[in-house]
Amino acid sequence: MKPAMTSTSIAPAKPAGDGLRFYGVWLIGIAALVVLPLVFSSGGSLTSFSLIGIAIVFALSYNILLGQTGLLSFGHAVHYGLGGFAACHMMNAVVSHGWPIPLPFIPLFGGLGGLVFAIIIGWVMTKRAGTVFAMISLGIGELVASSSLILRSVFGGEAGITTDRTALPKMLGWSFGPQLQVYYLIAFWLVLSAIAMYALTRTPLGRICNAVRDNPERVQFIGYDPHVVRYLAFCFAGFFAGVAGSLAAINFEIANSAYLGAIQSGLVLFATFIGGTAYFFGPILGAILVTYLQLGLTNVTSVWQLYFGIIFIGIVMFAPGGIAGLLMMHRPLVRAGTLWTVIPSYLVAIVPTVALACGVILTIETIARYSGGDPINLFGIAFNPTSPVTWIAAAVLLVGGFFVARLTWQRIADAWDRAATVARDRGYLA
Amino acid sequence: MLELIVISTLNGVLFGMLLFLLSSGLTVIFSMMGVLNFAHASFYMLGAFFGFQLTKWIGFWPALVLAPLLVGAIGMAVERYGLRNTHKHGHVAELLLTFGLAFAIEEIVSMIWGKSPVDYRVPTLLDFPAFTVFSTNYPAYKIFMLVVSVVIFIALLVVLKRTRVGLIVQAALTHPHMVGHLGHNVGRVFMVVFGVGSALAGLAGVIAGPALVTQSDMAASLGPILFVVIVFGGLGSLPGAFVASLVIGLVQTFAVALNGSLASAFGPLDPSAGPSVLTDVWNVTIAQVAPIVPYLLLVVILIVRPMGLMGTRES
Amino acid sequence: MTAAIEVRAVEKRFGNVSIIRDLNLSVAKGERHAIIGPNGAGKSTTFNLISGHIKPTSGEVKLNGDLISGLRPFEINRRGLSRSFQVTNVFARMTVWENVRCAVLWATGHRYAFWKNVDSLPEVRERTAQILDDIHLTHRRDVPAGLLTYAEQRELEIGITIASGATVVMLDEPTAGMSHAETERAVSLIRRLTDGKTLVIVEHDMSVVFGLADRISVLVYGHIIASGTPEEIRRDPKVKEAYLGEEAH
Repeated sequence: MKPAMTSTSIAPAKPAGDGLRFYGVWLIGIAALVVLPLVFSSGGSLTSFSLIGIAIVFALSYNILLGQTGLLSFGHAVHYGLGGFAACHMMNAVVSHGWPIPLPFIPLFGGLGGLVFAIIIGWVMTKRAGTVFAMISLGIGELVASSSLILRSVFGGEAGITTDRTALPKMLGWSFGPQLQVYYLIAFWLVLSAIAMYALTRTPLGRICNAVRDNPERVQFIGYDPHVVRYLAFCFAGFFAGVAGSLAAINFEIANSAYLGAIQSGLVLFATFIGGTAYFFGPILGAILVTYLQLGLTNVTSVWQLYFGIIFIGIVMFAPGGIAGLLMMHRPLVRAGTLWTVIPSYLVAIVPTVALACGVILTIETIARYSGGDPINLFGIAFNPTSPVTWIAAAVLLVGGFFVARLTWQRIADAWDRAATVARDRGYLA
Repeated sequence: MLELIVISTLNGVLFGMLLFLLSSGLTVIFSMMGVLNFAHASFYMLGAFFGFQLTKWIGFWPALVLAPLLVGAIGMAVERYGLRNTHKHGHVAELLLTFGLAFAIEEIVSMIWGKSPVDYRVPTLLDFPAFTVFSTNYPAYKIFMLVVSVVIFIALLVVLKRTRVGLIVQAALTHPHMVGHLGHNVGRVFMVVFGVGSALAGLAGVIAGPALVTQSDMAASLGPILFVVIVFGGLGSLPGAFVASLVIGLVQTFAVALNGSLASAFGPLDPSAGPSVLTDVWNVTIAQVAPIVPYLLLVVILIVRPMGLMGTRES
Repeated sequence: MTAAIEVRAVEKRFGNVSIIRDLNLSVAKGERHAIIGPNGAGKSTTFNLISGHIKPTSGEVKLNGDLISGLRPFEINRRGLSRSFQVTNVFARMTVWENVRCAVLWATGHRYAFWKNVDSLPEVRERTAQILDDIHLTHRRDVPAGLLTYAEQRELEIGITIASGATVVMLDEPTAGMSHAETERAVSLIRRLTDGKTLVIVEHDMSVVFGLADRISVLVYGHIIASGTPEEIRRDPKVKEAYLGEEAH
């Protein structure tokens, strides 16, 4: 599938008439955050919503680097983790000194924790962009993660630092003991951070970040030092990652070295990229999906991380715009009224593509469970991983699905080209 | 003390040569294709596990040849069907692809061989002490590893200096922008170079497997050090990668062997002060710090010489 | 009166090779100055040396009397020198509007501001709109720059270059690869937009050069062999020799 991928810059200037729709989207989002726990009020879903909220803040902060400034970081969890530790220490200090600081203010200190580290290390790190920055961020990530085990007095060694969020002064009668109150605290900071980070994209700095992403050389010839731009972006990303980390610390009442590790850094990269880096809402979609999959898949399969890897590779190879990119690709078609011409080809492609996916899943699960012999339950059908019937089924789905699916994908591409041509003729696509 | 120095120097050089087996391939691939292969350490891990499995089936010596070839073939497939299609989306997409690949390979390896170390043993032919330094027996297998890496090192030099592909690679190292003008078979050159680089990583895995621990997290623990090596040496510089490999190999090996701390050198701190960052730093032994030493070196080189030891390129 | 650009005894060596040797060039304020010369003479290198893209091995460059050699490109740009590139060098994923607006931001004093809404800065908006109008790209304002036609990208390149309001503008082959009609359009655009400014232009099209320039310098093998009015250059025997068989005009 190769339609012209046009990733435009984040939120182009809109005429004032779109204002109502713009605020409408934000208001609907906020309303959804308020209403969600009332609709799904089980403890499990409250926990899930809380984790998703944290993941969204974290992924949005990551996109300040990747999507907006073009900096690929493999160590973003450092700021997340340091924010978490800063929050835990702050909470314990508030309790032991009896300071009148209630819990909702703690994420501010977590953010400062992430920010301070970014200010200190960022100047050296952002000297170089591209691949070198990526490698350096990886190295710094390892450095901090390993150091955290040595500096036991600060990071608490293997056990980490624990805290008690209910021991802080109450605010408006809320103790923040119940998960529902924690959820609303996270939702509050989510809204605040999302607005702040969105606003950042619409400032002079935000736009110059985009320019640095696109062409750091040219930026120098319009008066800007790309190093300074990268550094400032890095500091903002560090602050909001710290906020996310402190929300996690409040949620779990602990911060440990896993917060700053490579896995956490990898997950935020996955979430952001899968969601799509070219649009502000991309990382939000990605964080929801990845967190949801993470929570859902861990109970179903032992190799859930492999599925992440495969999804990620698929997105990188076939849809580098992520989910948001795939969605937004259709906007010109919707406007030009040609979307209906591609829908049939999508419907045709669904069957073989699902068959292919089932083949992949069946193959992976067969290998994973071969020695254990646990049956595989795929859409209610039980497969025995040691039975040749299963192997044949997997092979047929995999190979047959692939070849048939490839034909249908070609049809999608053709239908797309025709629809896009019409859309271009009608002036909805550049 | 002298014993420690001799043994650590030997081990350090060995570790350094092993690092160079990996970093040389990584550097050449980066210079020619602009891709930093995040999955390079994963190919090393695949080499170790293939070596383990093939040793079990057909013995160590056939495995020593077959496993790197297998890994090389996988590398070529990755280049042909993955990187080549991703190239149009830029270097970040390529780096991300190899990152996803590294992640997936680790999961596949732990899915097949489990998460705990496998019993990958030194072949009986080499399972004897080569010589004794003071009171320490130095195993023959390590000498074998050293010989293999030196032989490969020399072979690489010969290939670079004497063959057509070597000339192309050299040209790519000094004039990266010219690679595009190599002609119509540039795709095949890329595929071969990527395959050879992967095979070398695989070979490093086969020979390192029995001496170190063969486990599904070995790529994740070695990978970052590998990237430190090539940033430290200067991205795209083969001599830089060589020097950096040896420096980091030696420094880390010595650090692991040293048990001293500030407390043992200057005496313990006043215990009434209580635990603090200072006491943590004061009491930690050099051996405990060893894992972070490469990263500290990275920070230092970034401050002192952002291009790396022998790097000339901006990005 | 101090010259807008004063290049004195500049040399640039790459290894043992001198690309530029003993380069002397003086461009008066308000002058339209063209640099011509055969391919590989070092015209783009001269641009890179003046604009800070590369640093001279020796010698000095002055902008309005201030020493600028050794400064970095953005420092030179902030002192009022702006340049374009021979190969189109725009912000590909950003819209035409954003491209020009980014180039306006530093000069209007907003710099790295992260507390202002970029959409509600009236002087930025007006200036951006004015420049889009000047380069005839208003109807394409919401198109990503990477999707423009070649000629449009060249016009955008000029727009970005003049957006900061720099008093010294350097254009590196602005009409390269354009059709005859497009070239004429571009020349009148350049003439209008650089009115009252100092212009240094590298150009291969001799009709453009002789139609536009007040003074011309001829660069051969990294050295300026002649500098003067178009009439003087036309008559100069050294120039004739250098161009023998190279250009027919």
